[in-house]
Amino acid sequence: MKYAAPTTVDEAVGVLAGDADARVFAGATDLIPQIRSGRPEPSVLVDLKRIDRLVGATESGGTWTVGAATPTSTLTADAAFTAAFPGLSEASGLIGSDQIQNRSSWGGNLCNASPAADSVPALLANDARAVIAGSGGERTVPVDEVVTGPGQTSLAADEFVVEFEVDTPPANTADAYLRLIPRTEMDIAVVGAAVRVTMDGDTCTAASVVLGAVAPTVVRVPDAEAALVGSTLDDATLDAVAAAASAACNPIDDKRGTIEYRTQVAGVLAKRAAKIAAERANGGANS
Amino acid sequence: MSRTHVNCTVNGDAVDFLASDSTSLLDALRDELDLTGAKEGCGTGDCGACSIIVDGKLNCSCLMFAAEAEGTEIVTVEGIADGDQLHPLQQTFLEGAALQCGVCTPGFLVAAKVLLDENPSPTETEIRYALAGNLCRCTGYDKIIRSVQEAAVQIGAGT
Repeated sequence: MKYAAPTTVDEAVGVLAGDADARVFAGATDLIPQIRSGRPEPSVLVDLKRIDRLVGATESGGTWTVGAATPTSTLTADAAFTAAFPGLSEASGLIGSDQIQNRSSWGGNLCNASPAADSVPALLANDARAVIAGSGGERTVPVDEVVTGPGQTSLAADEFVVEFEVDTPPANTADAYLRLIPRTEMDIAVVGAAVRVTMDGDTCTAASVVLGAVAPTVVRVPDAEAALVGSTLDDATLDAVAAAASAACNPIDDKRGTIEYRTQVAGVLAKRAAKIAAERANGGANS
Repeated sequence: MSRTHVNCTVNGDAVDFLASDSTSLLDALRDELDLTGAKEGCGTGDCGACSIIVDGKLNCSCLMFAAEAEGTEIVTVEGIADGDQLHPLQQTFLEGAALQCGVCTPGFLVAAKVLLDENPSPTETEIRYALAGNLCRCTGYDKIIRSVQEAAVQIGAGT
């Protein structure tokens, strides 16, 4: 393996275009264990952290732009970011220990393409977009379109995610992310649930419900969103949200949870995350 | 094999070394710079025995390529004492018997130092969260937590 540290997006694209086995990385917290466990070594390790656009988070004109290699600890420590996206911040802060937080990034979390990636459901719930660079220039796509299956993305060999764009939420809007793991810290999601709602008084006027770790990719739950919109999040609505979330699951059985368990927990977490998001949207105690 | 010439600062000293591009920073510290305090426990970022401070941030050195260290300022457990004067954390770990086999200890000391540098009076819960990326398989955590609490008191009192 050779190490390359380009300082511009074009330079990085050039390395990728010139060698199909080159691979980009940000924190390497997934890449290094994968190489050590026997996955094929890339020919070139392309470190993206020396490119200015890849690191940092700024808000301008109602849109946050977050470099794809920005450490998640930078985001969780950013009070303005966390106030705008409490659920996205808490999801980002669940990726491993402090040691990992100083390296883990949205770009890596997304493009590693694990179904259990914590930041991805919350990115989808906020309709985040990925700016992707390649030999043909840059294109911007909804984050939903990046991951196609476990370990698989829609990116071409010469492409990588440069940055994310997330619009500042409208008034009376908030998100929440809940995750179940077998212990209290430092594990991989059995189920993750991100919910974002917009409230007009007691009534929900817009909703996003997204689940992680219950299907080959992160899944949106349109039936749960439809149940929330127009409701006051009464018990019958929350039961409908839970039923829709469970119905959207297509999980695996593994040591962390059975199919039946994941399916049930997805409903419970979706319901609870919806309640927290609504309280936050109304400036409640959980905000 | 491709090798990179790396210049960085380690424990206040400018150093340079040649590292193969697949070498971890942990292996470079241990094998090129003879700084064997940081340990390889798991090699996957779960145990924290390889914890070091890079540009003020806690990192697992097993999850960094050595070539990434170019231009950085690194602190390892060897750099936290003041000459012959142990860091208060080192002293309280000794007095509080916060170690048995000692493999995890350098990582715990470095992680606890980062915590106390940022938060001089952490609660027990804050200490437990801050050290959640460090695993101990023999002493147990209570003596470690109490030793960090005692060090915080001593640092706060200026002793």
